[in-house]
Amino acid sequence: MSVLEIKDLHVSVETDQGTKQILKGVNLTINEGEIHAIMGPNGSGKSTLAYTIAGHPKYHADSGSILLDGEEVLTMTVDQRARAGLFLAMQYPVEIPGVTVTNFLRTAKTAIDGEAPAIRSWIKDVRQSMTNLRMDKSFAERNVNEGFSGGEKKRNEILQLELLKPKFAILDETDSGLDVDALKIVSEGVNRAKANTGLGILLITHYTRILRYIEPDFVHVFVNGRIAEQGGPELADRLEDEGYDRFLVDSNVG
Amino acid sequence: MSAAPTSTTAALPTSEQHGIKAHSDGRFGFVPVQTRNDRFKSVDVADFAPVTGREAVWKLSPVAKFTDLTAGELDGAAYDVDSTPTDGVAIDWVGRDDARIGSVGAPEEQAAANAWTSFEKALAITVTGEEDKEITITRARLGTGPRGAHTIIEARPFSRATIILENTGDARLTENLEIIVGESAHLTVVTLQEWNTGAVQLANHFASVGRDAYLKHVVVSLGGSIVRVNPSVRLAGPGSDTDLYGLYFADAGQHLEQQVYVHHDAANSRSRVTYKGALQGAGARTVWIGDVLIGRNAPGTDSYEQNRNLVLTEGTRADSIPNLEIETGDIKGAGHASATGRFDDEQLFYLQSRGITEDEARRLVVRGFLSEIVQHIGSQPLEDRLQAAIEAELRSTDEVRAPATTKEN
Ligand SMILES: Nc1ncnc2c1ncn2[C@@H]1O[C@H](COP(=O)(O)OP(=O)(O)OP(=O)(O)O)[C@@H](O)[C@H]1O
Ligand SMILES: [Mg+2]
Repeated sequence: MSVLEIKDLHVSVETDQGTKQILKGVNLTINEGEIHAIMGPNGSGKSTLAYTIAGHPKYHADSGSILLDGEEVLTMTVDQRARAGLFLAMQYPVEIPGVTVTNFLRTAKTAIDGEAPAIRSWIKDVRQSMTNLRMDKSFAERNVNEGFSGGEKKRNEILQLELLKPKFAILDETDSGLDVDALKIVSEGVNRAKANTGLGILLITHYTRILRYIEPDFVHVFVNGRIAEQGGPELADRLEDEGYDRFLVDSNVG
Repeated sequence: MSAAPTSTTAALPTSEQHGIKAHSDGRFGFVPVQTRNDRFKSVDVADFAPVTGREAVWKLSPVAKFTDLTAGELDGAAYDVDSTPTDGVAIDWVGRDDARIGSVGAPEEQAAANAWTSFEKALAITVTGEEDKEITITRARLGTGPRGAHTIIEARPFSRATIILENTGDARLTENLEIIVGESAHLTVVTLQEWNTGAVQLANHFASVGRDAYLKHVVVSLGGSIVRVNPSVRLAGPGSDTDLYGLYFADAGQHLEQQVYVHHDAANSRSRVTYKGALQGAGARTVWIGDVLIGRNAPGTDSYEQNRNLVLTEGTRADSIPNLEIETGDIKGAGHASATGRFDDEQLFYLQSRGITEDEARRLVVRGFLSEIVQHIGSQPLEDRLQAAIEAELRSTDEVRAPATTKEN
């Protein structure tokens, strides 16, 4: 039984105006098989949390810790974290010139598993996942994210999620920019990955609409760098009706 | 992305792609240049005014660094050439009176004319016989004195061969290479520049491709201080066909340049130009100029040229300038593309976040980018060698980058 624990995490970023504190004491525990939704207004620090877990070099953990099955994640390199079982589906996936999706997936799979996948079953798996996500075969030979539409980039993230089989996935606004059909397809992909591997999910979103397709076990309201309130799925409905106003009153955002 | 010192002339769809275009930048020999084909030509160095660096052919080159080659006295004697005897490929030194000399092209600038004026004997590589064969011809001991050279490669009608010209060691060289591809011949010429660090080479290749003949021309420039290889190909016979590939990897302080010119001068001719380059390290500099002229007598032409550059570190500059002139409306297709992209910290983060180590990420990107060219060379031993050479270049990138660079976006 895997567990990802975030303990009193404080994170800052260097800006032109100096050091800016963004995360101000985040506490969160995700068990294997659980889905946690994080909802919060723009600029509250949701992506910062995601990037910090993945190890983006711009974000400095000033104090606190992130433990994966008891092991400190903060001291691991970015690639070590991925090999340890963490996965970040990015809000804005970048284009990688010169590297085809096929080549990229195979290289990543080899890196994660520590050995090259058996060629035949691998090709079959890739094809199957692409079909499930309604990605045209031609994407396999295109350079990663190059010229992909917003929705195609998001599918490509979920394709990787399905194939790399992490223990924990952080989905940073995977729903933004998707139309209803694409949202369904992508959500199915996430649910399929969870059914297959029992991974734990940290689902970051602005809107409740994705929660109709991916049902959270817990909902956390993220405001001004920390979790302001938590509850079950019903909290999402309340947010839908009331917005974040009631949380913003006391905070000094903006 | 921070303000990158990388300049690119991106190919935007302009009217130039679709109609006749008068060059505005040619000011050669005081003759106003109308099209690429009307440039002043002469085999005599005395016909050229001293190089100023403002000429169309020189304006992106560090001309002050090789005045000995443009205007100085050159050693035009024969030099050492290594090769393994191969059936159907004759290698001889021939005199200036050999009928093939001057049959394909003539210099358009002073360094080329200086070489032409100075060479005493020409190296002639003559291909006969319809079976495929491959030969590697190596120049490794040219020395550090300024030198002028002339080479002829003739593929007789219906003959087939792959000629690999391998260049290593020191050099200060200006030279001309004439390539004659006879009717229905099938010729591959690979020129591989793996010179020592300080070497300077200014090469002009002139090729003429006959009826139903095919020329694959590959320029691979990895080593040397200033390496300029300018291939001109005239598709002279109906149904003639050419693929021009280039691969270059510029390190700190290196200047790698190629000015490619394809002249469609016969019906139903086809050309593809694909050049790819990587740049790393302070002062790494590349220049690609691609001119395509589809002449009045070239109906049914099918042509496409592209150049792509991958920038791996800060402080590099890649110039990429495609030009297309079309003098006939009756063509199958013509187009061009040019792009310069960067490998940056966000891309590195993305790849690493999928478990790929930093070194592997960098190699993955460069290998993927350049392998398109390597795969088209058509000689497995050479392809393997080039992959290894690219890996070696990448290892030196890792050294350039250590300790890990930081970059603000
Ligand atoms: N690299 C950075 N440089 C400067 N400021 C940053 C950087 N990254 C984040 N910030 C700032 O930190 C705050 C939190 O940003 P973050 O991207 O984590 O918010 P978010 O909750 O994901 O917002 P959104 O809903 O818009 O995606 C914002 O004020 C943002 O401007
Ligand atoms: Mg965000």
